[in-house]
Amino acid sequence: MPALITSTESVAILFLELGGVILALGLLGAFALRVGISPIPFYLVAGLAFGHGGVLPLATSEDFIAVGAELGVILLLLTLGLEYNADELVTSLKSNARGGLVDLILNAAPGAIAALLLGWGPVAAVAMAGVTYATSSGITAKVLSDLGWIGNRETPVVLSLLVFEDLTMALYLPILTALLAGAGLLTGSLTVAIALGTVTVVLVIALRFGNLIEKFVASPNSEVLLLKVIGLALLVAGIAQQLQVSAAVGAFLVGIALSGELAHEARALLMPIRDLFAAVFFVFFGLQTDPAKIWPVAGLALALALVSMITKLFTGVYAARRAGIGRAGRVRAGIALIPRGEFNIVIAGLAVAAGAHPDLGPLAAAYVLILAAFGPLAARAIQPLVTAIANRA
Amino acid sequence: MEIEQTALPGIGLKHEFTTHSGRRIGVVSHRTGRRDLIIYDKSDPDRACENVQLNDDEADALVELLGAPRIVQRLNDLHREVEGLMSVQLPISPGSPYDGRSLGDARIRTRTGASVVAVVRSGQVNASPTPDFQFLAGDVVVVVGDEDNTAAVADILTDG
Repeated sequence: MPALITSTESVAILFLELGGVILALGLLGAFALRVGISPIPFYLVAGLAFGHGGVLPLATSEDFIAVGAELGVILLLLTLGLEYNADELVTSLKSNARGGLVDLILNAAPGAIAALLLGWGPVAAVAMAGVTYATSSGITAKVLSDLGWIGNRETPVVLSLLVFEDLTMALYLPILTALLAGAGLLTGSLTVAIALGTVTVVLVIALRFGNLIEKFVASPNSEVLLLKVIGLALLVAGIAQQLQVSAAVGAFLVGIALSGELAHEARALLMPIRDLFAAVFFVFFGLQTDPAKIWPVAGLALALALVSMITKLFTGVYAARRAGIGRAGRVRAGIALIPRGEFNIVIAGLAVAAGAHPDLGPLAAAYVLILAAFGPLAARAIQPLVTAIANRA
Repeated sequence: MEIEQTALPGIGLKHEFTTHSGRRIGVVSHRTGRRDLIIYDKSDPDRACENVQLNDDEADALVELLGAPRIVQRLNDLHREVEGLMSVQLPISPGSPYDGRSLGDARIRTRTGASVVAVVRSGQVNASPTPDFQFLAGDVVVVVGDEDNTAAVADILTDG
């Protein structure tokens, strides 16, 4: 925790730094909007610039940014959970299990294999598997909406794959947390068992007694609602962290337990706060990464990005074909799945915090930089091409 | 005609069907209340080539233009076709347990067998309301069923 700030001078420096950082993020975000890509890569680059070895290293505000980053992760997962209700999760699990499994196997493999080939060991392999596996549901949703693909018939396939991935995250994050804690085989598997047990129990509670939780949280006053939801999410996140289940999963499960109109309202209230702290989180990850370390792994990141673009493309094509979608639609489904973003960084962040291989952070940063930027651009570029394919067929 | 309903997790619901003339059209109902009217491409039937965003008022207006006369006509047809089938108009009074709650909460079809075919609010007809439709005091609910189950619906709407 940061030392209590007493002198007015340090407060001034703190505000100057935070103001400068956040304002810079705002300007970068505006630029990203104009170019039509996700702001996440820009936030990461900003973090690199402000960090140790960067262009403008920060003096006092790093402690605040560290705590803000933790809040960012909680809020990211909470709002993600709010997007889905338990019924949707179960339905999508039932109807798309096969596509989801293909997604998992194909896209976890590149990261895991790369980590093993580099000799980073099995735990890093599990972390890297997560880094290459998860599609950024945030960026993908934005791509779908920006390009007018929401009504397309392959879109439900894409969305249900995303739901499947998010649910997998609820199981994966506790496992990763336990593995990163560095326990031996026996205690390790015990921790994993406890973690999975907890997740299951909470999920069942969310499915069965979601309405009780809703009744507790509901309030006609938006201020009360906001405080209750954030309070509950942080509390459950804290408990989850205590049980080594990963705080993020706790928040995710709180989000799932809330549904309907309430979830809607809560999400709308949380969005601005989430945007602020999520941006802080990406900056923090950049801060921790030494820019000088990125160049040596850039080639590797590019290769990994290329391979996992192809595996995602194949995943989309496979799942869409199973749903009876035509050729052009299959390609669109694959393209929509390419962007990686917030969760890949969340996963890498966990691994870095636990002291994983020093190259893992820079590799993940470079990897996400490439795919968060390139994914939406690819979708935009491919649109006319795909239409041409369809017209010829 | 078959209307296909697809859930769009995190976004809302999509309804689509193919018209008699072979065009595929649909509506995406966002949870935020936004509605997209979509028309599919002839050469790539998976792609929405036209995507018209409608706000609440515009969607209501379109429903009014397309729907209201049709509903009345269909109700009249139903009356003529089936003896014993009736439609009743039931108001949601200010003290009703469903004032501010959704159609899905009332589980009318499951509990009574009767169907809610429309809700009239301040002169506007909401045809085929979805389960997340929110009742408000002053609404008039149009229910189709037989004598017993429409009476049961009236009880539900006043007493819960």
